[in-house]
Amino acid sequence: MSHRHHWIVRVTHWINALAIVLMVGSGLRIFNAYPAFARRGETFCCWPWEGHGIPAWLTFGGWLAGARNWHFAMMWVLLLNGCAYLAFVYLHGEWRDLVPRRGDARDAWEMLRFYTYRRADHPRQGKHNALQKLTYFSLPLIAVLLILSGLSIWKPVQLAPLTTLFGGYVWARYWHFMATILLVAVSAVHVFMVFAVDPYSLRSMTTGGYDESLSPESRNARPFRKVLPRRGTTREQLDA
Amino acid sequence: MRDDDLSRRLFLGAGAVAAAQLLLGACDSKGPRSAQRFLRYMERRNEGIERALFRHTAMDAGSPGRRLAGSALPSYYISRTVPAWDESLRGVWRLEIAGLVARPLALSLPELMRVPRITRRVNHYCVEGWTAIEEWTGCRLRELAKIAGASRDARFVDFQSFDSGYHESWDIESALHPQTVIAYGLDGSMLGAAHGAPARLFSPIKLGYKNVKYLTRIVFLPAANGGYWSDRGYEWYAGV
Repeated sequence: MSHRHHWIVRVTHWINALAIVLMVGSGLRIFNAYPAFARRGETFCCWPWEGHGIPAWLTFGGWLAGARNWHFAMMWVLLLNGCAYLAFVYLHGEWRDLVPRRGDARDAWEMLRFYTYRRADHPRQGKHNALQKLTYFSLPLIAVLLILSGLSIWKPVQLAPLTTLFGGYVWARYWHFMATILLVAVSAVHVFMVFAVDPYSLRSMTTGGYDESLSPESRNARPFRKVLPRRGTTREQLDA
Repeated sequence: MRDDDLSRRLFLGAGAVAAAQLLLGACDSKGPRSAQRFLRYMERRNEGIERALFRHTAMDAGSPGRRLAGSALPSYYISRTVPAWDESLRGVWRLEIAGLVARPLALSLPELMRVPRITRRVNHYCVEGWTAIEEWTGCRLRELAKIAGASRDARFVDFQSFDSGYHESWDIESALHPQTVIAYGLDGSMLGAAHGAPARLFSPIKLGYKNVKYLTRIVFLPAANGGYWSDRGYEWYAGV
């Protein structure tokens, strides 16, 4: 049994998860007040579902004002929590497990080959496999896009140069929405992979403990394959 | 599994269930009621940040080259029917300027139109998320403040209307912004009843609901006086 995640990583992870859920839910409720991108009297090129709202059960905040109040409150929780996490992984050295390095592109390709049964054995990995690293590393980049496009919508006059950078208010709103879809997609894949490939990581993200003998690499696990420990092998044997 | 391991798990499990109940038990579709204090606190903090960001030199550029929204501009009011000033019942319409001013005024429309006028094509930012381009003609509120001799003690301005008591109060800095006008012309014609005739407040630096239509009184005040939507949960500052 090894200790995988520092308590700061675990706490910021779950605050992050809650804050993202509330931000996405309230953001979708805000979007539903005008579920389109076109300026009044104009048309918009690049969104095929102009005028179609998001199902209410996916939204949070109850009404427009409620959703806005939540959105403008939780944005600070998300930002400060994200900064605390990034500062910690930088100062404590965990960034080395997350920043892509030379060879990660090839390793990611090997992971894809493994997941598609074109390779028999799980590629060797450190704390995370190369696909995971690329996914986790993309999150701060998506966050930067979300924060800057969000500021452009919040203060299109006082921060006009920033809004102009995104192509004006209409496009800033569009990029904010697209970045949200990207974040939701990445998060959905993340949650799917936790349950389908490495449910044991749930433990490492709550109490911190991780059984390396149950890692996907040890189990040679693909999604929904070899999720359980190898048959005929007890925990004690694996620990030995 | 050792006993203390089990009791720790039970403790953590019970804690998680209790936290979830606290969160969900006090929850309606607007989120936990106990969160309202947190949301109000964050709104005040955001107002502080927005005021610190605010500059009189930050202007809305009005998306040059874009078409006017024209008839695509929605018409909002809170009365059951379009508010219209009935001269036979109420006499000649006058715009009263009162409160902390040296010379209280009551300007008729022709008098208001003699105040130096400007015409500007600017964006209209609605709280719902849409924007529209409109061309407003009117006089800057700072001109009226000068004529009336607004006191230095006036830190807020309340804009009142004959639309069933609709009003919104502003901070003085936003009210005196060069793009804040008392408008009586829209897109080259006199303002129609649907959009706030005889005169309304318009500024691209605040969300639409702060831009009071059907004006009757402008009151310079030492303290804020809330507003129709601000008292119903929408952000009071609402600057863009």
